[in-house]
Amino acid sequence: MLPGEPAGERFRRLGDRLDHPNGGGRRRGVRRDGGPYPGRVGDAPAPVPPATFASYYGRPILKAPVWRYDIPAYLFCGGLAAGSALLAAGADLTGHDALRRATRIVGLGALGAGTYFLINDLGRPARFHHMLRVAKPTSPMSVGTWILACFGPSAGVAAVTELAPLLPRHGVSGLLGRLVPRVGRAAGLVSAAVAPAVATYTGVLLADTAVPSWHDAYPGLPTLFAGGALVAGAGAALVTTPTGQAGPARRLAVAGAVLERLAARRISRMGLTAEPYRRGHAGRLLRAGRLLLAAGTAGALLGRRSRAVSVLSGAALLASSALVRFGVFAAGVASARDPRYTVLPQRERLARRRAEAGPPRDGAARPTP
Amino acid sequence: MVEPHTAVPVDPAARAGYLAPPPRMGFFTDTSLCIGCKACEVACKEWNLVPGSGLDLLGMSYDNTGALTANSWRHVAFVEQPRPVGWQTTAPLAGLPTGPPAAPTTAGVGGAVAPEQGTLPGVVPASDAAPAARMADGAAFPGTPGTPPSGSGDRGRRAELRWLMMSDVCKHCTEAACLDVCPTGALFRTEFGTVVVQEDICNGCGYCIPACPYGVIDQRRGDGRAWKCTLCYDRIRVGRTPACAQACPTESIQYGELDDLRRRARARVERLHADGVTEARLYGHDPNDGVGGDGAFFLLLDEPEVYGLPPDPVVTTRDLPRMWRRAAVAALAMAVATVTAFLGRAR
Repeated sequence: MLPGEPAGERFRRLGDRLDHPNGGGRRRGVRRDGGPYPGRVGDAPAPVPPATFASYYGRPILKAPVWRYDIPAYLFCGGLAAGSALLAAGADLTGHDALRRATRIVGLGALGAGTYFLINDLGRPARFHHMLRVAKPTSPMSVGTWILACFGPSAGVAAVTELAPLLPRHGVSGLLGRLVPRVGRAAGLVSAAVAPAVATYTGVLLADTAVPSWHDAYPGLPTLFAGGALVAGAGAALVTTPTGQAGPARRLAVAGAVLERLAARRISRMGLTAEPYRRGHAGRLLRAGRLLLAAGTAGALLGRRSRAVSVLSGAALLASSALVRFGVFAAGVASARDPRYTVLPQRERLARRRAEAGPPRDGAARPTP
Repeated sequence: MVEPHTAVPVDPAARAGYLAPPPRMGFFTDTSLCIGCKACEVACKEWNLVPGSGLDLLGMSYDNTGALTANSWRHVAFVEQPRPVGWQTTAPLAGLPTGPPAAPTTAGVGGAVAPEQGTLPGVVPASDAAPAARMADGAAFPGTPGTPPSGSGDRGRRAELRWLMMSDVCKHCTEAACLDVCPTGALFRTEFGTVVVQEDICNGCGYCIPACPYGVIDQRRGDGRAWKCTLCYDRIRVGRTPACAQACPTESIQYGELDDLRRRARARVERLHADGVTEARLYGHDPNDGVGGDGAFFLLLDEPEVYGLPPDPVVTTRDLPRMWRRAAVAALAMAVATVTAFLGRAR
């Protein structure tokens, strides 16, 4: 203690610093006396009025997902497989042979990788088949299991029929060789019919949790993932297909980018729980994804004559799709780890309901002081 | 799955398909009686063979458990607040030359400790010390009766300390999100209306963990499966009391038929209000709340979030039909986009 300083002064200052951790930092948009809630995010106005809240030692109320990076990697692979299946079916029906071949094989690869990621992430990978014990409409993961059970075999068969030209041209195998493309078309159409479900159920999968930034984003997440799937499928097609046959992929990339940006705008407007999508690691991933999406879409449109530009823009689209999945995942985890995103919206909801309902009916509820 | 929330309390066991199920059983945890002995934590571990979570000193008052995890199915929360409890009007520690109450500062420090207890995500550190300090600074939290408004208190004098202790547990919700989202059927509804994980079925997909609005269920590291309170399914099936309630020396944890417990809880709150403890309130008792009421509910002496409970939990599957509709629209948009992309097939 310094001479002349009142007893406990330094301790009080320490307490004040703990109460106002942002007070000394002078971060952008943070008032010096502004309390713990910054009130401003970047240059955007405050999504909700600054509010304080209590919590148990500041620890999170929710348990954040224990999923490792397998899950966002699966989200990307599943989307890529779905986008590829749609492109493959369209290419098959319109006679884009090179596009069909490339997208079917990419789709099978993505499906295989996605399945690996899904099983690898389980706490007990050897029990993966327990997913097939039940079909539960209340569990998006169970619904997804059955969607994949329809999609996987058909997409796999469609890809395998691409090996038909390797068969000898004579005898029984020659006959088989003529049948195979029809089987491939049927399987490819089945997989394309299921593909939109493969790409969008994952949005419900994330939204159907207590994770604030995922649950509140439920109107946007399926569309975001649908757009991302089209972008990824189109990107892979641009990388693997000669420029002459990549026209549909270019148009699909634009459509996917529009869907994705519409959904992202919607998510960014949902108030306090949109904050994790802009902040920290998640914010960086999503910003990078947005830039690559713009670059890739522009390249896909402008570089239609150049194979090199097509490959580069396709790679940018693929990377953008992956970054967005990892960004959405990271934002959800961050929102579950900070009790602010759990307590403040719930407090607001309670206050709104109390204002509508008037004083509580019985003495059991919170008394008015 | 998702029923409209009606005023009539539903019997979850009957809804799950049990014919003539026994009465719904539950816990009423009266925190005004808790002395923080942690006998419930020990008894639960002993009976259910729950692994130890190590010898940790978290600096969170006397709470060295930290949170409900796969290895702690009961968790006694300790909150120190410089505030008189209910009927106390004198300040027993006033005038001592010990400076301001340390509780807010120590709470902020305590929340930053991240012990490894063998579970995932387990006990996670605070991202911000301020809410912890606010929890422990009884005067700073708005809405608490009998205290001056935030910042106007005389922080130079030592105030009284009150200790909030609360034995937390799985809430065994009427609308249980963990149960709804489990893709293997490992989580199931028992005939007593409780929610139990079957350890031979669970494949550790981890979906129940972020689905729980209370942050109860957790994954055991190495083992890979999700674990939580079973409300001692093995004991209650043969008419015994769950281990924690059996061990509780003050009957802070009461086990019984849920309807009976709700009646008892209402009487207790009225009694406490009459005695001047106006901050007493029930939590999780209301069948009309976002989870359809809890099978394990509480009497609290402060706001729920001070104990680490969500103030207004909602079962996430309530919005599931709307989510599926959104997904259907998005899927349709994908199909339309693809068809359009191929229509201009000239190039």
